[in-house]
Parts: sequence; C-alpha cells; structure tokens
Amino acid sequence: VVATLKLATMAAAGGKPAVLLLRPVDAPFAAALRDRFRVLDLYAPGQALPALAFVAAAAAVPEPPRATVIWGGVRVDASFLDAAPSLRCVVSTAAGLDHIDLAECARRGVAVANSGEVYSTDVADYAVGLLLDVLRRVSASERYVRRGSWAAQGDYPLGSKLGGKRVGIIGLGNIGSRIAKRLEAFGCIIHYNSRKPKDSVSYKYFPNVHELAAESDVLVVACALNKATRHIVNKDVLEALGKDGVVVNIGRGANIDEAELVIALREGKIAGAGLDVFEHEPKVPAELFSMENVVLSRHVAVLTEESRSDLRAHTIGNLEAFFSGQPLLTPVHADSLAQ
Amino acid sequence: MAAPPPADERPLVMLAQALFPEFAAALAGRYRFALLADADAAAADEARALLVGGLPRVTAQHLGVLPALKLVACTSVGVDHVDLDACRSRGLSVTNAGAAFAADSADYAVGLLVAVLRRVAAADVYVRSGRWAADGDYPLTTKVSGKRVGIVGLGNIGSRVARRLAAFGCAVSYHSRSPKPSAPYPFVPALRDLAAGSDVLVLSCALTDETKHMVNRDVMEALGKGGVLVNVGRGGLVDEPELLRCLRQGVIGGAGLDVYENEPAVPPELLAMENVVLSDHRAVLTPESIGGVLEVVIANLDAFFSGRPLVSPMEL
Repeated sequence: VVATLKLATMAAAGGKPAVLLLRPVDAPFAAALRDRFRVLDLYAPGQALPALAFVAAAAAVPEPPRATVIWGGVRVDASFLDAAPSLRCVVSTAAGLDHIDLAECARRGVAVANSGEVYSTDVADYAVGLLLDVLRRVSASERYVRRGSWAAQGDYPLGSKLGGKRVGIIGLGNIGSRIAKRLEAFGCIIHYNSRKPKDSVSYKYFPNVHELAAESDVLVVACALNKATRHIVNKDVLEALGKDGVVVNIGRGANIDEAELVIALREGKIAGAGLDVFEHEPKVPAELFSMENVVLSRHVAVLTEESRSDLRAHTIGNLEAFFSGQPLLTPVHADSLAQ
Repeated sequence: MAAPPPADERPLVMLAQALFPEFAAALAGRYRFALLADADAAAADEARALLVGGLPRVTAQHLGVLPALKLVACTSVGVDHVDLDACRSRGLSVTNAGAAFAADSADYAVGLLVAVLRRVAAADVYVRSGRWAADGDYPLTTKVSGKRVGIVGLGNIGSRVARRLAAFGCAVSYHSRSPKPSAPYPFVPALRDLAAGSDVLVLSCALTDETKHMVNRDVMEALGKGGVLVNVGRGGLVDEPELLRCLRQGVIGGAGLDVYENEPAVPPELLAMENVVLSDHRAVLTPESIGGVLEVVIANLDAFFSGRPLVSPMEL
C-alpha cells in the first residue's frame, strides 16, 4: 500500500507529462526532469517495488507514462513492452543498444532514441589513453615506481613506439572515426572494418576482421554488439593479429571471445591488451590481474563530468521533442543495425 | 651512409662514459674510442670529439683535459648535464639527439595527460584489486578533448605534443624564449599568464639557468585547482618541494611526472597520491628510437670529421 501511495504521489504532480524513470540519476538530472515532467522514479527514496512491478504499477496510474528513460541494465523486449502498453517512446542513456529489441519496438510503433554522440569523444579519448598505456607501459611503470623499484632495480622495460603502427579499427562510427583522427596525429596508419566501406575516408578498408587483423599491429574494438559482432574477435583473429599485436576494447566485452583472449595473452600469442569492458561484468578473469602487459578498467570510458551533463541535456532534448510531437533528436531505426 | 674507413684511419672519439652495448656495436667499425676516465695523454691530446652517452655530468674540468676538443656530441635531448658555459667560452659545438626522440616523448606526454585526467592508471589499480561492484560508483573524471593546453617549449617535442592534442580538439597555446612565427598557436610571453589561461601545462623545454624552477608556487596558483601539470622535460624545471605542497593542498588538481629533481629518488609523498601518474624517465625512449639516435650521432660525427655542417647543433 505504501509503495503504490508513493507512486500515486509521483503521478499526481500537476499537468506535466509523465515520464517513467528506470535508471538512477544525480541531483541535477533529477531536478531538470522534475522541472518539466511528472517523474515516476524507480529509484526514488522510499520507493520499494522491484523494477517490473514498478513498471506495471506505473502503467496503471491515471495518464500513464508515454515515455521512459532507461539505461543498459533495462532489457526492453516484448515482456517489458507488454507490462507498459502506454509507452510510445524509449529514451536510452546507454552508449550501446544491445539491450533493446529494436524490431519489437518497431512492430509496436514505439520510438527509440539513443545517446547520439554524447559519449563519443570521451570514449575515443579513453581508447587512445588505453592504447598509449599498453604500448608505452604507463600504468605498469607507475606501479613500478610506486613500489620503490626504480631506485632499487633501475629502469622498467621500455615500451613500443606508436608512430608507424597500423591500427585496425573495428567499427568506424562516431567513436571509431574520432579514434582514427586522434591516432593519425601520432603517426599511426589507420585501417578499418565496418559493415560497408565509407567513401568519405581514405583509410584502407578490410571486408572482414580476420584480414584486418592480419595487416594490423593494433586492433581497436569500437563497434556495437549485435548478432553479427558477438565474438567478432575470436581465436583466429587473435592469431592473425600475431605476437606483437595489441587489442583495445571499448565496445562490449562480448565483442571478444574473452576466454580465447586470456589464453592468447597467457601464451604470448598477442603482446597485450587494454580492456574497459568484459563479457560478464563485473567479473574480470582473475588471470589478467597478474599480467603486466594488460591495462584494465571497469567500464569507465564514458564517465566524465562533461558527458554526464551533456547526457542530461540530450535526454531532456529527446523527451521534449517527443512530447511536443517533433522528431526525436537521435532516433534509432530497427534496420539501421544488423540485429 | 658512407662505408666505414679502414681500421687505422678511423677518427678518435673520446667517451664521457662507456657506451650501451647497442651503441658500441653499431659504432665500432667507424671510430676508435677511448674512455675519458682511463685515457692516456696521447689520446687526450688527440681527441677532437667527445661522445656523451647517457646523462653523466660533463664539467669544465673534464673538457679541460682535451685541448683539441671541438665537438661535444650528446645522445640525449636535454644537455643540462654538460657545462654549456664552458663549451661556449671554448667555442665548442654541441649536438644532441635532435628529433630522434621527439615523437616518443610527445606520445608519452599525451599518455601521461590522458592517464591523469581520465585516471587510467588508477582505474587499472582499482580493477586489479578485485574491486568493482563491491565499491559503488567510480568517480567521474574530466574530458580530455577540448581542454586548454599550455605548452612550455615549442621545440621538437613541444610542437609534436601540440599536433597530437590539436587532434583531440584541445586549444593549444605556448610559451618559449621567443615566439615561433610558423607556429599556428597563440604565443604567451609570460609563463604565469599561460598557466592562468590553461587547464593543463606541459613542460617540454630545456633546463637552463633561466628555466630552473620556472614552475613555482605563483605559476601553480595561476594554473589553479583543476589544473594539471605534465613534465617530460627535466625535474629541475619545477620547484619540487613546492609542487608537493601544491598537490597536497589542492592548489593544483594533479600531475603526470616522468622526471624528478633527484632521479631516481621520487619524493615518497607522491607515492601516496591518487591524482598523480608517475614514471621512471621513460618518455624519451622506445627501442625503435635507439636506432634513430644512432643515426643522428653517426651523422653528426661523420659530418664533423669530414668538415660538413653538423646535423643537430645546439644554440649555446
């Protein structure tokens, strides 16, 4: 009873349109949403219903929400959409879309908006940072210095030059193209694979990732996760990359066959890896912790103050567009991705 | 490169300290060597060139035992370990590694910058300690692209740092002894003003009497509490005790340091700080660059001994 009273309170706030909020937000974001909408907030203090029950209860209030704000942890599939038939618009704040059944949304006429380019620059910056760290051993020498080993044991082994390295980017979208632009300034040679070649760039295109790996010194995974790209970096690709090769993943853990990656690192079949994402987050293969030639982070490539505030503005922009009958700022169509 | 001369015609090159094995092997066919500390009087009298490998101190006294000396060839970029006043007053030429290391140093400066701003190294420590879901939200970091970057010293290294950061959409300005007309970035005559207008200060200039401790409290206060200092130049460019105070007090936001005033001694206080990234004077070197340095050294020595212009002479 207390739970539904809470929801009713949230739903009763004036004549503003209702928005179903299914991700935690910081105070500025919450305030900005409440200024404009009646926010049915799964994470409101005192709100105790579990997610699906909350969604069903929200669907039952007078003037139920027609739009929802979600993140990567919310699966938008047939059963989700069944639970909230009033929803006509899904605004996702995640960088990827692998948690949304776009075909199902399209079948029901539910519009989907993604995060557009809000994160693209920060993810590209982080990918370059990871690559620099792996090749030049920034973190490893950091640990070395902090252990006091420099004075005791002399210099830590040198890393490897960036200039002249052939970098194979898997996915040349918003993120991949920014990575390419940055690495060109370091003298890297850019190769890429994507669904189709891009006429607007002069980088060398490879029709499949195996061939890309065979002619690259570095592989950067910057593509979406879908049926076609699951384990797109597999054992064969790692072998083609070769023992001096380095892998950087700022896409999704499942883009890489993680078990094979660990084996390849353990056996020296590749030279190193920079990984921000893993197949079964928050689990990270413990074997990686003792490797000096890997750099690891817990899915932080998007986490800057700047992209947090850009995300706020962008999400509200999409919601306002929807509620005023305007086209979404960053609509996603089911046929725009191979699903 | 020309074929090496027959053994007894090889010119004599005095060594300030023993060469690294790779250098020794590459140079053995071209020159005769004598080690300064062990040289007999005949060698000391004959030597017209002194090859300084590594960073040993080369003083007026050392130079004083070489009456025929005309060239001091260094394998490093910075030459503050050589008494340049003594070289100047004797009319000696001094050469350094030229641009052989420039790309690597610039790459590393950017690597340090990203590592500090985006906490790459700290994130790695975090994951390796097994912490993820257990510890709740990870702190937000700050965007690299678009930051205002002030580069101190727009030489071979600084200009390459600028080019790389321009590709990140950073707004680059610089300070140096004099403006570089061909540089597409704004020149700022006073270091303090550069710091005041920057989010990040990158040090890539030589250490001289004028630049010693140029980054002092005043400059760091101008850089400000979100500001980051990246040093791939020399430790002596920064007042190190003051740097520690400024970091501790939050006068500046963080630092990426490859060099220190008394290497390999790293102030213990730095080891406890999370907002700094530390390395062991490695910016300059990759195995690929060692080949590049050899080329520069050989080019300078060959040019000297055949009376041609030096490849990477320094202005003294």
